[in-house]
Amino acid sequence: MSLAGHQSPPVFKQGPTPLVRLLVLVSVCLAMLVADLRFRYLEVVRQGLSVATWPLQMAAAAPVDFVRNAAVYFATLVEVQQDNAELRRSQLDAAQRLLRFEQLERDNAQLRELLQMAPAPGVRSVAAEVLYDAPDPFSRKVILDRGSQHGVAAGMAVVNAQGMIGQVTRAYPVQAEVTLLTDKDQAVPVQVARNGLRGVLFGAGQGRMELRFTLSGVDVLPGDRLETSGLDGIFLAGLPVAEVVSVDHESQTFAVVLCDPVAAVERTTQVLVLGRAEAPPPRPQPDSAPLRRTERKG
Amino acid sequence: MQPTHRSSRILQPAKNWFVFLSLFVALGLAYIPTGRLPGVPDWVPLVLAFWCIREPRRVGMGTAFVFGVLVDIGQGAAMGQHALAYVVLAYLATSIARRVLWFPPLQQALHILPMFFLTQLIMVLVRLVAGAEFPGWAYFLSSFTSAALWIPLHFLLLLPQYRPADRDDNRPI
Repeated sequence: MSLAGHQSPPVFKQGPTPLVRLLVLVSVCLAMLVADLRFRYLEVVRQGLSVATWPLQMAAAAPVDFVRNAAVYFATLVEVQQDNAELRRSQLDAAQRLLRFEQLERDNAQLRELLQMAPAPGVRSVAAEVLYDAPDPFSRKVILDRGSQHGVAAGMAVVNAQGMIGQVTRAYPVQAEVTLLTDKDQAVPVQVARNGLRGVLFGAGQGRMELRFTLSGVDVLPGDRLETSGLDGIFLAGLPVAEVVSVDHESQTFAVVLCDPVAAVERTTQVLVLGRAEAPPPRPQPDSAPLRRTERKG
Repeated sequence: MQPTHRSSRILQPAKNWFVFLSLFVALGLAYIPTGRLPGVPDWVPLVLAFWCIREPRRVGMGTAFVFGVLVDIGQGAAMGQHALAYVVLAYLATSIARRVLWFPPLQQALHILPMFFLTQLIMVLVRLVAGAEFPGWAYFLSSFTSAALWIPLHFLLLLPQYRPADRDDNRPI
């Protein structure tokens, strides 16, 4: 409204002022950040829009693929021969282990039957290749060339020949995002292979990991191997994860246990995505609500 | 179509399709998986700032928001992280648009550099608050490479507007 009481002519109308628009958009962004980081509400939006951006992403990844393939193409004959010899040797080694493994598995199934235990969970596996590091510099993630169409699901463990390297955190239709073990937010329930002591392993930055919440004075020694405990109902039990490097009991209540991953976590290309063949049994409710429901039914 | 200090040349109006094509090309460049290479320029804020300064009536905070969300999705970052930073960048760029154009490209780049730095700082702060690890000081190198690219980009993105209004066979460009 101008001073004389006339409406300002439409030429000058440009909607809300820039500052108002800035504040509105900034609050929308902040709401999105909270919804995504804190509550994970926006995964559906992300999945939907990622289908739209996928062609552009593929086009952008093409030159990088080309350079990488060219490097492979120009690998020398000597390198290939060395690789080949190495692979033959490891195959022989694996073959004799496999023979024993089949027999042990049969034994195991028989013994479980005798003891009337539930059969061990089956394994579902997908072979995949690491396409590239995720561009987000704040986290340690890689992108795989297999997605939900090939049977990859969020939560599955990712291993290479030496041991575990990470976990699938987002499964897109034809790609999957893997959070590496060294990421700060990645947690793996593990146990010490030597004595079965359980703990949770977190990424600690600089390629290291830390076994947190271990009381000081417990029996963990440098050189101990850590493997997945399978107690989370997501990972398979017994995948090698890390080796203890140093233990510091002298701090406060908790010991500081630093570990190195067993596998070359950040330099792997060929991986296997492992999951349980069937869904884990449902978690028990913390209160007695389901009990009452069954009572009412009966 | 605004006068610049160096050149009093009258430019053609910018075409809408060219503006958005350049933004999508920048988005494609941002999607190139360069891994953890430090100092890779941020293409989207670069082109976005350019058009916010050149065409503040057409490209502004709304465009910045949309492209920010697209970058977030492509890079697997937190939703809203790039959008927030780009919206602030677009606000600053549009607000200094009238002044910056009186300077030659090199000094324009010096105006742009602190804005790129602020863009990255916002993203770092957002992720640090969310509990991510600090990516190292090399992360901020890309502000400088982006600002250095301002001068060639300035020439490249204005090329279509340098064309004469009517074809003249005797004129070189």
